[in-house]
Order: sequence, then C-alpha cells, then structure tokens
Amino acid sequence: MDLATLLPFVVNVIAGGLVLGFVYAIIALGYTMVYGVLQLINFAHSEVFVTGAVVGFEVFRVLAPSPLNGYLKLIIALLAAMLVSGLLNVLIERLAYRPLRNAPKLVPLITAIGVSLILQDVLRIIEGFQGRFDLTYTLPAGFSGKFCGEGSSCEALGNVLRTVGIDLQLKDVILIVVSLLSLAVLNYLVNRTRLGKAIRAVAQDRVTAGLMGIDANRMISATFLIGGALGGISGVLFGMKFGTVNAYSGFDPGIIAFTAAVLGGIGSIPGAVLGGLVLGVIQNLIGVTNIFGGLLGIANLEAIDASYQRIGAFLVLVLILIFKPTGLLGKSNVEKV
Amino acid sequence: MKKTALSLSLLTALALGSASAQTTVKIATLSPLSGGQSDLGTQIRNGAQVALNEYKAQFQKLGMNLQLVAYDDQADPATGTSQARKIASDRSILAVVGTLNSGVAIPSSQALVASRVAMVSPANTANQVTDRGLSNMNRIVARDDAQGPAGANFIRTNLKAKKVYVLNDKTAYGEGLALEVEKALKAGGVQVVGNEGTEEKSDFSSIVAKIRLQRPDAIYFGGIYNQVGVFIKQLREAGVTAPVVGGDGLDSAELATIAGAGASNIYFTTVAAPLEALPAAKTFAASYQKTFNDAAQGFGAFGYDAAKVVLQGILAAARANGNKAPTRQQVEAAIRKGSFTGLLSGNVSFNSVGDRRAATLYVMNVQDGKYKLSTSLPVRPAKQ
Repeated sequence: MDLATLLPFVVNVIAGGLVLGFVYAIIALGYTMVYGVLQLINFAHSEVFVTGAVVGFEVFRVLAPSPLNGYLKLIIALLAAMLVSGLLNVLIERLAYRPLRNAPKLVPLITAIGVSLILQDVLRIIEGFQGRFDLTYTLPAGFSGKFCGEGSSCEALGNVLRTVGIDLQLKDVILIVVSLLSLAVLNYLVNRTRLGKAIRAVAQDRVTAGLMGIDANRMISATFLIGGALGGISGVLFGMKFGTVNAYSGFDPGIIAFTAAVLGGIGSIPGAVLGGLVLGVIQNLIGVTNIFGGLLGIANLEAIDASYQRIGAFLVLVLILIFKPTGLLGKSNVEKV
Repeated sequence: MKKTALSLSLLTALALGSASAQTTVKIATLSPLSGGQSDLGTQIRNGAQVALNEYKAQFQKLGMNLQLVAYDDQADPATGTSQARKIASDRSILAVVGTLNSGVAIPSSQALVASRVAMVSPANTANQVTDRGLSNMNRIVARDDAQGPAGANFIRTNLKAKKVYVLNDKTAYGEGLALEVEKALKAGGVQVVGNEGTEEKSDFSSIVAKIRLQRPDAIYFGGIYNQVGVFIKQLREAGVTAPVVGGDGLDSAELATIAGAGASNIYFTTVAAPLEALPAAKTFAASYQKTFNDAAQGFGAFGYDAAKVVLQGILAAARANGNKAPTRQQVEAAIRKGSFTGLLSGNVSFNSVGDRRAATLYVMNVQDGKYKLSTSLPVRPAKQ
C-alpha cells in the first residue's frame, strides 16, 4: 500500500460517508423540528420515513413502463411521498400526541413508540396484501450508472474526480442535490416567512405565543407537516440509494438519525444536518479502521472492522455529550429571572 | 407392558388369520402446512404422497392398508413437539417424514424417541439434529458443516481464487459458515484478505470500499438472501465484478430481484437440488403435476425420497417379520441399517447417528438473474 492507492481510498470512504450523512441529516431534521416545538421525541418518525420510502417504491413501480423522463418520475415520487408522509405525521399528532399534550413527559414518549410499532405492521399488511415484503426499487435507467461516466458530456470531470477517489453514482449526486434543495427551502421557510416566525414563537413559549394571537395547535400541525414531508423525501432518497426497503427498515436509520439530531444539538436545524454528516463520515471511517491497523501494524486497530460502525457512532455521541451536553450547535437554556 | 399388549393384539390377528383382515399401516408427514413456509412444507407432504401411491399395491399384497397422515408444525418448535406427541399416541403410525426446519426437528425427534418412531428428514441441515445421536432421527440431506468446506473448495478449485474476502451476518448460521469457510480456505493455501461481520441491512459503503482496495478474486458471504442481495447490488454498482459465494441462505428467487442488475456471478451451495439436477426426476415431476396440479420443486423431490426410505424400511422390516406388519422398533432399526435404492437423489444408507453416508451438495449459479446448476459436490459426514 502506498499513498497513491491509499489517498483515493480514504477520499472514497469519506465521500461515501457524506452521501450517507445527507440521508441521516434529512431524517434527523424531522426529529429535531418536532422536538423544537413540543420537546417530544417522535419515535414514529422512523415509520413516517419508511412510509415515504414505500410511497416512492409504488410510484416508481407504477411509472416503470411509462416513457416519462426519469427526473420527472423522481419529482412525482418525491411529491407523493412528501404529501403522504406529511399528512400521516399530522394525523399521528392529532390522534396520538395532542390528547396527551399536558400529560407527564413519559406518556407521549411511550405513545410514540406504540405508534411506531403499529405503523410498522400496517405497512407490512398493506404491502403483504400484494404479496410483497422486500420492496425493490425499479429506478429509471441511468440512475445507477456512474456520475459523469464513460461517454457522457462531462466525462473528463468524472475521470478527474475518480482519480482522487470520488467515485459517485448519478443517484448519489441526485441525493445530495435534493438534500441541499430541501435544506434551502426549509431554511427559507423557518427564517424568512411569517409561518416560520410563528413556529419559532411557539417553540420558544407556547403560552405567550398564544396570547399574541398565534394559534399554537395550527403551528404544531404545520411543524408535523413539514417534518413529515422531510421524512417522505428522505424515505425516497433512502430507497433510491440502497434499493430495497421493507416495513421494518426504519429502525436502524431512525436510531442513527435521532443520534445525529442529539449530536448536533436537539432542536437545532443546522445542528441536525451537521450531526448527520459527522455521523455518516465517522461511521465509515470506523468501518475501515482495520485497514490502517494493518498498515501501521497495530493489532488492536486491526480488530476494528465494519461490525464496530454503530458502536463507534454512539461512542462519539457519548464523548461529545460529556464535554458539550447541548450537542455541537445546541444552545443551553438559560432561565432569565 | 405396552409392547406385550401390542404383540398380543398381533398374535390375535394372526390367530384369526383371515386373508381379508387388513392391518392399517400409516406414515406421517410433519412439516409446515400453514404460515410463511407452507409452500415448502406442502411440497414435502405432496412428495411423500407420490411415493405412497407408488407403494400402495405392494403393501396391499402383504395385507397392509397404507395411509399417509399429514401433520402441520407451522415451522414452530412448540407446535411441532405437540404434533409429535399426537403422532406418538397413534399406534398405527410407524414412521415420520419430516421436518423442514432443524429447530422443529430437534424437539420433535426428542418427543418421539421414547416410542421408537423413526424420522427421516428431507431438509434438516443443522449439525445438532443428528449429533445428539438419537436412534430415531435420520436425514437424507447434507449437514451444515459440509457446506462451509464445500463452498471453500468450490472457490479454490472452480473459481481458482487466490485472495478471498470473507463476510458474515453475525448470526449463528452466518458466522458458523464463514468460520468453516475460512478454515478450509487457509488449509488450502488461499489468502483470506478480510474477514468481518456486519448486521447492516442497507449501507455497505465502507465494506465495499475495502473490497475495492483489496481486490479479492472472490467474496464469501455467510448470510441470508435479503441482506446479501442488497450487498451484491451495491458491490456491483461500485464496479466490483468478483464472484460472490454463499450458503443455502441465498437459496431464494428474491436474491436476484433484490440484487437487480447486479445479479450475476453469484454462487451458493444448497442441499435441495433443483429438479433438473436429478436425472430420475422426470417421471416424478409428471406424476406430481398430475396428482396436485402444481409443479414439483426440490423439497417435493426430497419429500418423495424420504418417504421412499421410510417405505422401503417398513417393507424390509415386514419381510424380516414373516410378512406381517412390523413394530415401530423394527422399522426404526431397518431404516438405520438398510440401504435404499431407486431414489431421485441417488442411493441412501445411514451412518451410526443417522447422517447420510454419501450426500450431495449442489452449487447453484445466478447469472443475469437466472438460476442454474453449476456443479454438484459429493460430501461425506466425518463419521461413516
């Protein structure tokens, strides 16, 4: 192993981690937004996200024979998933959380876990009726091909990128673009519109915002709608990247994205994104530690392989929370008297 | 006491000795007939029924009325055990064809061993099934510990690989298999460049990156099709075309669906032969189709073979018993000691613990999403 082979390898691993991190980031936003207004961890968000993935699968399946442009199919899938997941999230809040708004903190938490389990089986039954369990995406031709591969107009750029180790598929690039667009829209929505202002007011102090004429219930519904729509987007991106989802796929990415939200500072939107990217990269780097152990001749490092990815991610979380309990970008609540 | 009662009743039957007095002789099938694995379990039952139809006349000549009773174990150990107790209490059942799942076979055979009801399994691969040394438990398929070395030998001799990357899914099944493969590869002088477990179901990017760096000639993955399929898809998308080899966990049509365009250059070892690998299966397939209006599959053929072993065993025991219906104990001994011919998967005889002396493993190849037989490997249990 010399530097010429090792450097592209490291870049490749980091690039893969970043692509993964964008998926986690968009899922993490759903956790963080709901927590911001309600101080509730919406454990059903992992199933809201899988619902988006299932809707995306169905759209691609139904549209597979049609001659529509691939990007158009993707846009239809994204919009459908946003709509279904967003409305589902609003519905969950109305039925399961709103009646418990003033109950002790633990009650909505347990309810959220219950909703999550119910949704898993509902999804399984819906697809099971059609004799399906593992849902495999039928993507438009070319999505799985290389980004700027052979014969494309930007082949030269692709070759340069591949030399340094950035070997992306078209769908990875689409994923990053869609994620960035979603972030930009969300950022505009929260910071530049009246709706965003109202949501932030409710997050800060629900009672006072109510006295100022803001309908807190409507704002909370809006938050769930936006968070759910983001869950729908991330579901389609997840299905597109990994190819197969089933009713129980939400658990793992859900836990990691929740971790990302805590790592970045729960309640903070840029924090969720940063946390997702950091976790994605860290996971991948831990997954290849044994290669460096082999090169440096350190036996202990050689034992650290892909099976330690998860543990490593959580270890990083614990370490950061020890030194900065509010997370990377979280703000500490100083009560002014 | 019970035995004397039985021989007394037999003596009375003899004393009465009328040619028209038919004794009813039953064999049972124990396999999942409901739930997710019911299609496999039904194949086993139907295969056994085809064998029974062939032998009915022979039994008739000896004054025995042959019947099949199908029991449903729902692929669940507890259900299987309670069904086994029901089988034990029906004195006219002499032997059992079953089960599909090793996890069901282990407690069921334990429940039947005291009443000396022989079992012949068409599908159980776990070492534990025969390693307990029960007198009534036999199987006509290869053991799990044969699969690892067979996979490794296939990689070494057929794929001519010098460098292999070994993965597993961190379950007892996958880890055990990968360990056996690694041992056999190293013994054969093949370099194992990587060996790790992963519980990941969707993201294999770090493993794929490492495989691209190491450039192995082949990859072995001890795991189940739903995880391995996703892995293969990502591996192929990253441009790695090296063959991927696995065990019978990959034996599912879903594997090709999940791997999509990447479903090429995949091999797996399995104990259930595709029908086209069994030269004698044509007639069987035709009569199966005629009887059940459904196409026979591998487990149907093995259900047929297991039933044939049972029926030939009963006939041998009957002959030794003066052409009278034998006792359960006589049948158990005749099955363990006999040698059986005319089966779809070759001749069968068992070693002292009930493993088939010469079983076959089949290596299947997936190319462009199509499954075909690549080669078949004779395997022998360590005990002969």
